[in-house]
Amino acid sequence: MISFSVNKRPVKVDVDPSTPLLWVLRENLELTGTKYGCGMAQCGACTVHINGQAVRSCVAPVSRAAGKEITTIEGLSPDLSHPLQRAWLEIDVPQCGYCQSGQIMSAAVLLNEIPNPTDDDIDQALTGNICRCGTYPRIRRAVHRAAEMMAKGGAR
Amino acid sequence: MIRYRDVLRSIFSILLCVVSCLVSANGQRNAASAAAFEAMLPVLHHPRCMNCHSAGDFPRQGDDSHPHAMNVRRGPEGRGVTSQKCSTCHQDHNLAGLHMPPGAPDWQMPPRNTPMIWAGLTDNQLCELLKEPKQNGHRNIDQIVEHMTTPKLVLWGWNPGEGRTPVPMSQADFAAKVKEWAVGGAVCPAASSSASHAATQ
Repeated sequence: MISFSVNKRPVKVDVDPSTPLLWVLRENLELTGTKYGCGMAQCGACTVHINGQAVRSCVAPVSRAAGKEITTIEGLSPDLSHPLQRAWLEIDVPQCGYCQSGQIMSAAVLLNEIPNPTDDDIDQALTGNICRCGTYPRIRRAVHRAAEMMAKGGAR
Repeated sequence: MIRYRDVLRSIFSILLCVVSCLVSANGQRNAASAAAFEAMLPVLHHPRCMNCHSAGDFPRQGDDSHPHAMNVRRGPEGRGVTSQKCSTCHQDHNLAGLHMPPGAPDWQMPPRNTPMIWAGLTDNQLCELLKEPKQNGHRNIDQIVEHMTTPKLVLWGWNPGEGRTPVPMSQADFAAKVKEWAVGGAVCPAASSSASHAATQ
């Protein structure tokens, strides 16, 4: 039995410790907002936070989560009120949407560490999150917009 | 008086012989230490080491030492930046399968203020850099030996996972050469005889 917290909720799962965290989130805990993309940490669709740090959950064994705080896209805010979610909606960033939860989770780590990022900071932080639809210009704009919201007290 | 002079001459000869022997022994010891360092070089120059001790503010990957995919950067602590830290993808162990992220505990490269860039250095310069406390993380010779023979991150070079060539010497032989180099005084190869290692510049 492996214990950890997901979106501030304590959970225990009875799975093989080598099971990818992604499958535990999606199959055992039914948190399907986090997506499976490549399965080898090369696309970023499966990005979640472990103790506030971005992690590709498709390659992280669930044993790595033991005793830690996991945040998924569902836990970023309870009501889509996180500045990144609001900015994403305002700018209408997604096209197909498949990569977007990973994009937002990576962007959240960026804004935690660099509240007012430059274009270079954004490109650097998100270059490992691939978007087949090519929504990168809107992603960049939305991250800037979220940073503005946070600067004006919009962080929740 | 003559006898006294002979005695002095004999003592002087003996002293000269002792000093000469000591100098000779020391010279042999120095040569052995420097030779041990040169024996270590195929490992130090190997992509498994050089990919994190390469030129630039980023790690490299693969046997061809190409820049790390995803524009990964060194970061202030040698652990990446923001949402692209080493631990974002690398675990504390290799993952099975070709092109899967390799891993070892404490996966990182040298920090920004002491990047320990080996590319482009002569053998002499590399040796001197390794011993420079201001550049090597304030390690003394014993701690350098420990760094080269003990941490799982360094030992990963012998077990780099599928699709990556391990360093070209057994771990035991390399450790023996490192210790031989250190015990002999951590002597560096002569500057004039050193060739520059140009790979991954």
